[in-house]
Formats: sequence, C-alpha cells, structure tokens
Amino acid sequence: MTKKLMKGNEAIGEAAIAAGAINYFAYPITPQSEVAEYLCWRLPEVSGVFVQGESEVAVGNMIFGAAASGKRVFTTSSSPGISLMQESISYMAGAHLPVVILNIMRGGPGLGGILPAQSDYFQATKGGGHGDYRLIVLAPASVQEAVDLTILAFDLADKYRNPVMIIGDGMIGQMMESVEFPEKYRDENNPDDFDWALTGADNRPARITKSLYLDPKKLEDNSIKLAEKYKKIVEAESRHELYHVSNDNQLLIISYGTMARICQTVIDELADEGISVGLMRPITLYPFPGAELYAEATKKNIKRVLTVEMSMGQMVEDVERYVVGKKPVDFFGRTGGIVPTPNEVKDKIRELLKPSPKAKKTKSSRKKQIKG
Amino acid sequence: MSSNLITTFKRPESMSDNTTHYCPGCTHGIIHRMVAESLDELGVSGRSVGVAPVGCSVLIYNYFNVDFIEAPHGRAPALATGFKRVRPDMIVFTYQGDGDLASIGMGEIVHAANRGEKFTTIFVNNAIYGMTGGQMAPTTMPNQKTTTSPGGRDTDKVGFPIRMSEMLSTLKTPSYIARVAVHTPLHAIAAKKAIKRAFQLQVENRCFSMVEVLSTCPTNWGITPEASTKWVESDMVPYYPLGLYSDPDREET
Ligand SMILES: Cc1ncc(C[n+]2csc(CCOP(=O)(O)OP(=O)(O)O)c2C)c(N)n1
Ligand code: SF4
Repeated sequence: MTKKLMKGNEAIGEAAIAAGAINYFAYPITPQSEVAEYLCWRLPEVSGVFVQGESEVAVGNMIFGAAASGKRVFTTSSSPGISLMQESISYMAGAHLPVVILNIMRGGPGLGGILPAQSDYFQATKGGGHGDYRLIVLAPASVQEAVDLTILAFDLADKYRNPVMIIGDGMIGQMMESVEFPEKYRDENNPDDFDWALTGADNRPARITKSLYLDPKKLEDNSIKLAEKYKKIVEAESRHELYHVSNDNQLLIISYGTMARICQTVIDELADEGISVGLMRPITLYPFPGAELYAEATKKNIKRVLTVEMSMGQMVEDVERYVVGKKPVDFFGRTGGIVPTPNEVKDKIRELLKPSPKAKKTKSSRKKQIKG
Repeated sequence: MSSNLITTFKRPESMSDNTTHYCPGCTHGIIHRMVAESLDELGVSGRSVGVAPVGCSVLIYNYFNVDFIEAPHGRAPALATGFKRVRPDMIVFTYQGDGDLASIGMGEIVHAANRGEKFTTIFVNNAIYGMTGGQMAPTTMPNQKTTTSPGGRDTDKVGFPIRMSEMLSTLKTPSYIARVAVHTPLHAIAAKKAIKRAFQLQVENRCFSMVEVLSTCPTNWGITPEASTKWVESDMVPYYPLGLYSDPDREET
C-alpha cells in the first residue's frame, strides 16, 4: 500500500470509490464542497455517476431513488444541507435502504457559520426526521480513520439495510494527512444479488420500496422490524478507542472526532504535571458505547467524568445516561466554530480535580461550566 | 356458454388484478391503463420502475405488475433522477398529481426537465388536492370553489393557475411535453398516443418526456361524473389548451 498526502474531504471521496460506491449526488456547501469538486472528475474515470442536484432536498431524494436499485450511493453535505435531507433520511430508514451520508459539521443553528463544530450530534443520533428510526453514526478522528470508516459505512449500510451517517467536524474535511487506501478496490454491487432491489419485475412478482403502511398493525410491524434491527446493531457494532486509560486515572474524558485528538494532547501534557487522565473516544455515536463507558467510568479510581465537545453540550446527555449518576459528569465545550484549546481543557480539568475545602462538590456541575 | 367467445378487451399484462380504490368517475384509473398498455406495447414492463406520488394515486403500485418506489410528496422526479442515472438501462417513470408536481414538487420537476433526465412523467392535473379532501391547488381554476377557497379562487390574492406544460416547454433542453385529456373517447385515443410516444422516446434514450393529462375529481369538485367530463371541456380545456408543447424532433422556432 502506498501512502498519499490528501485533504480529508478528497480522501473521503476516494474512499467511497474504494468501497465500490461510484454513484454520488450532492449540492455545494462549505466546508465540504471539495468532495464534489474531487468526485466530479474522479468518478468519470471509474465510469461512475456524478450529479449536482438543485438542493439538498432533491439530493436526499436522488440517493433515495438510486439506493432502491441496490447499488451503493453516497452524498455529502454540511449541517444546513443535512437538515434539508431529513425528509428523505426518514423515508429511506422506513424503507430499509442502504445509503451513506457524510456531514462535515459547521456551526449552527440556522445559517450559523462555516467553521468546525460538533453541534449536530442530536440530529444525527436521535433522529432529525420524523418517525421511530435510527441511523448508524460514525465519527472519525483523523483522515485515515475517515477513509476506513467511509469504507466500513458502506458495509454496515448494506449489512443492515439502513442509512449510515458519518459525522466529522470541519477540521476532518479540511486537514491534510497521509492516508492509505486498500490495494484492491471493491467492485460495484450487483443488484441481482439482493431480493429487495428494484431490478424490474421480469418473471418475478413486482417489488415495492415504500414506507407507507395505512394499516396501523403493518406500520407497527415495520417499526418493530426496525427496532429489532437497531437492537442487533447495538449488540454488534459499538466501537470506541481508549487512550491512556489506567488505574491511575483520576478523571475520564469522553470526546469524539478531532476534539478527542486535542484531548490526547491535554492528557499528555497533564501527565507531565502528574495528573493522570484517560480518554474514551466513541467511534460509533450510534450505537453509543454505553456499556463500555459504564465499565470505565465506574472504576474506583475515576473521580469525575468530563465530556468535551465542540457544542453547547449534546453527547454529554448520553454520557449522563450511561454513567447513571455513579460519578459526577461534567461538560466543557466551545461552539460557533471555536475549537477548545488544550489550555482551556487543562484549566477545566485542574479546576475539577482541585481538592475542594468543603469537599461537597459531587453533583454534576455541567450547567455552570458551559462556555462559549 | 359458447366456447368460441374470446376476450377482446383484456387487462394489460402490466396491470395487476386488484380493483382500484378510485371514486366513481375519477379518471386516474383510465390513465393508469394507458401507462400499462404503453409499457406492454413497448415490451418494457419487465425492466421498468415507477415512482409513486403522494396523492390519490399513492397506491398506484397495487395496480401494476411493475417495480415501484413510493416517493415523498413532490419528490418523485428526484427519485427518478437517482434511479435512472444508476440504471440507465431501465425505463423509469413518475406518476404525479398537480399538488405533488406543481406545488411542493415544483423545484424537482423543473430541474429534472432542465437537466434532461431521461425518464417519463405522467402529470395528472385535476385542478385540486384530491387525497386531502379538496383543497386549492396551484392549478385550481379562477373562481373554482375548494375547501380552502370557499368563495372561489381569488386570482388577486393567489394568482392564476400554473400552466406546467407551457412553463416547462420554455426550457431550452430538448424534451417531449404534451397536454392531453381523457374525458371523451376521442381525447383518450390521443392521450394514449402521447403517453406511448413519451415512453418510446425514453426507450430511444432521447429526452425527458412529460404528458400532462387533464383529469376529473367529481368527489371534490362536488359534481357528478357526467358533469365533471363536461367541466373539463368547458372550463379546463380553454385555460389548459391541449396539444404538443415540446418535441425533440421539432425544429426550434
Ligand atoms: C410533506 C407533505 N405535505 C403534505 C402532505 C399531505 N398531502 C397528501 S396528498 C396531498 C395533495 C395531493 O394532491 P394532488 O397532487 O393534486 O393529487 P390528487 O390527490 O389530486 O391525485 C397533500 C397535500 C404530505 N403527505 N406530505
Ligand atoms: S378524490 Fe378525486 S382524484 Fe381522488 S380518487 Fe376521488 S375522484 Fe379521484
């Protein structure tokens, strides 16, 4: 395998091709337009499909139509565009279709800004559209991991027939790092391999891709089928990484994406001061590695759990959910495109670990500590 | 029964045996049949995919022996674009009402036509929102009473009905666009011809094709089926002239 120096957005585009996903539909938006600018010349080289749609509403529905063919399809956007895709995402989840959607997140709400953020965690993991559905949500922390998770995303989408969303902050898209791609690129899916793909009712009964069930029992059955699928996903697909986790840790950080990398710097620098901190980085945000978090957070040596995000505090709600009050859960975050600096995070940790004279600060201090 | 009786008027092969749920006097069913006959005659139903709208014809897939995707309201042209681009060897069509196509889905149809997507759209214009119980559509006639325009469509406040065929035929991208009606046998014959030609052009991979079909909704127009066919002739046809609006073989003027 050869290493290439590539910008995150372009590497993700190439990774989709490596996964045999050569059908791409998108609408320009900063900070991810480079994916489209890369794929518009790269896809024709591999006889792929490139379509610039008229809006993200249309693009979401283009991938909906294309996914019904059984071929691998892909779109990329950023926060306001992802909001517009929620209609089609809900329909695709209801219709059990595999697609991969990349959200290179920027600050919101509204038009927000164009700088990196992680404020679409709720939208991605809790269901931004209507109905009882879930997305598999992957969060890379480096360009190489973005490549690997893009390839994994297509496999998971096909395996579970469910939309998969990759969420990265603007930095993942913009930074240049050296990356490796698989030596052998995957061939396109053969639609005839699937008993659900629309290939034409030639000597077989017609197939319908739909999310409409006017009979409430049938609609409930579909939701139960979805829930059973999500249960399997939760059991089998949770992924995370630990950094510097040991029995010496006084505090456990939970952080994802590039924010987790900044936290690694924090951990290294605090170690030099004799403060031992570990990091748990969820790689899958749905399924959330909750059982693993509980196991780490409830270890005797852990005094507090700190969630660090580029948002006003979203993942922290899941952290609280899994720590179930066993340890105080704190939050530190900046938002609007402001990335917390290692110094800010270090200050926060020093403050949290400072022996309190009254020693009664056991409750979550999250509200007071929101910054930005 | 004599054994030499033969059936001369059969259900098209592309149609299923299910009975449609449409109201008496509704012409959705006739239009379905014309689509099915066209697929049969061109021998393409085994490699066709239909895209169903949101509207009275949302269950269209129950009446065809053809693969179908059910789209969100108005988005059928985007789904058709996605599907056709990845399977250019297949025949793709959308079937859409006037609320679906001319209101919520205006953006999708205009851009699909403008990109020259090589699928076929059957646009059923009945001047009203049928499924939701008779609200005003962008195609509702001036002074026509609906549940959201009880005093009749007031063109001072909501403008005039949109003429989609005329509007789409202003696009420079080659296309086939025709407006037809099905309220008399003669009109129906012309309508079938236009629908078949629209599909034929897709089979030849020529251009985007759309046939606008003036249709009835006796239930929400609040008149009898018979009066409905008369209303198409007296009120709709003068405002929505029938004919060919765009043809890839026609020289640009
Ligand atoms: C996003 C969304 N908005 C509104 C509706 C409700 N709705 C269902 S059908 C319909 C109108 C359909 O009218 P038309 O397209 O004219 O078809 P017809 O029923 O007359 O055949 C509306 C507004 C919906 N299903 N989805
Ligand atoms: S409500 Fe109107 S459009 Fe719908 S089935 Fe009845 S007559 Fe046809």
